[in-house]
Amino acid sequence: MISKQVSSPAEALADVFDGAVVMVSGFGEAGSPIELIHALIDQGAKDLTVVSNNCGSGEVGLAALLKAGRVRKVVCSFPRTANSTVFPDLYHSGKIELELVPQGTLAERIRAGGAGIPAFFTPAAVGTPLAEGKESREFDGKTYLMERGLKADFALIKGKTADTHGNVIFNKTARNFGPIMAMGSNTAIVQVEDVVEPGQIDPEIVVSPGIFVDRVVQVAQPAHESELVAAGVSYP
Amino acid sequence: MTQQVEQVGRTREEMAQRLAQDIPNGSYVNLGIGIPELVARFVPEGRTLIYHTENGLLGMGPSPVEGEGDPELINAGKRRVTANPGAAFFHHADSFSMIRGGHIDLCVLGAMQVSQNGDLANWSTGAPDAIPAVGGAMDLCAGVKSVYVITQHTTKHGEPKLVEKCTYPLTGVGVITRVYTDLAVIDVTPEGFKLIELSPGVDFDYVQQRTGAQLILSDA
Repeated sequence: MISKQVSSPAEALADVFDGAVVMVSGFGEAGSPIELIHALIDQGAKDLTVVSNNCGSGEVGLAALLKAGRVRKVVCSFPRTANSTVFPDLYHSGKIELELVPQGTLAERIRAGGAGIPAFFTPAAVGTPLAEGKESREFDGKTYLMERGLKADFALIKGKTADTHGNVIFNKTARNFGPIMAMGSNTAIVQVEDVVEPGQIDPEIVVSPGIFVDRVVQVAQPAHESELVAAGVSYP
Repeated sequence: MTQQVEQVGRTREEMAQRLAQDIPNGSYVNLGIGIPELVARFVPEGRTLIYHTENGLLGMGPSPVEGEGDPELINAGKRRVTANPGAAFFHHADSFSMIRGGHIDLCVLGAMQVSQNGDLANWSTGAPDAIPAVGGAMDLCAGVKSVYVITQHTTKHGEPKLVEKCTYPLTGVGVITRVYTDLAVIDVTPEGFKLIELSPGVDFDYVQQRTGAQLILSDA
């Protein structure tokens, strides 16, 4: 019998080391694993590289991790968001490095990393400033850029329900980067509202198969970023 | 004392309504943030369009009543939306396979500048203090079958947005085929900007004066 369930976010994140590459799921607040991020702030790992579509808002979740000075670099498609001041301040003062990646390229780099594909060619960003320094090649008369697969040491992911084998289903558009970040990381940590026994999720509707998921932790009532921001919460 | 500003040409809603007339029944459509989002309100009676939002939903429906909905059911502008009957959720790599793989029929984007050869600049002014952010616009430009722009004809300061050559950093090269503005509908052709239609009450010279490139009159 196997069980990937751990008892708390703190336990799930105990071995995150300084300098780790950490993928964080979410598009805006949908799918942002706030409780895992807050536990990572408590855990203390620093000099992190964070791979995430956005950089959080207010002073909770991802923005709080950045504000705590734990992140050296972000790999991101859209770091400015309504109510975001933490990233702009860090960026303007030169305290954080940004690797800006088109959203679809970011997704495919993560997928490729998890699928054993070291590099691929994409038409996105050809002829733009984001093509500078990248190898290009023509296929069937059209130009493409080479992009590298991305791998992370850890992924922090928000799901809806998981079984103890690590099979996960998600909630609506909170799915976004979760399944591919589970693939693209050595240790995928998923917070879910409910943990169930094997067999209680229909195999036909499993979104992230358990082989990609290493740790499952229950957060029965996850917070929503917009509600915390509206309430003026600042973590820690 | 309030200053009366006379509306010349189409309002934002009228621009969106005008564009909506040109979308064929059954199209899979991605709408960008801002004026493009308004297009969904004006789909002509009897037509069904399926809206794709790149954060992971096909079959996006209208926004719920204020204060209702699910904070995890949102659109690319991070606003709450609904899912229509027949909708589907998917992860980001699938979503951008739909985009890059040429499965989406039409994308409607906002613009900072469009050049007469169809280049689009809509993600950065290139100002040194700007926070760079690109999102999915470059992927949309690279992969969607048709990419239309809907925008005010000029900036708030009256500078033309339709230009010979973009001065802002590009989003895509030679990808825009049609532009809907408050003043006109304009095609991007191998010869340059071709005027398809003037907005009611607007004449050719008025549009030409506010365009940063030569306008070609339609053959029609």
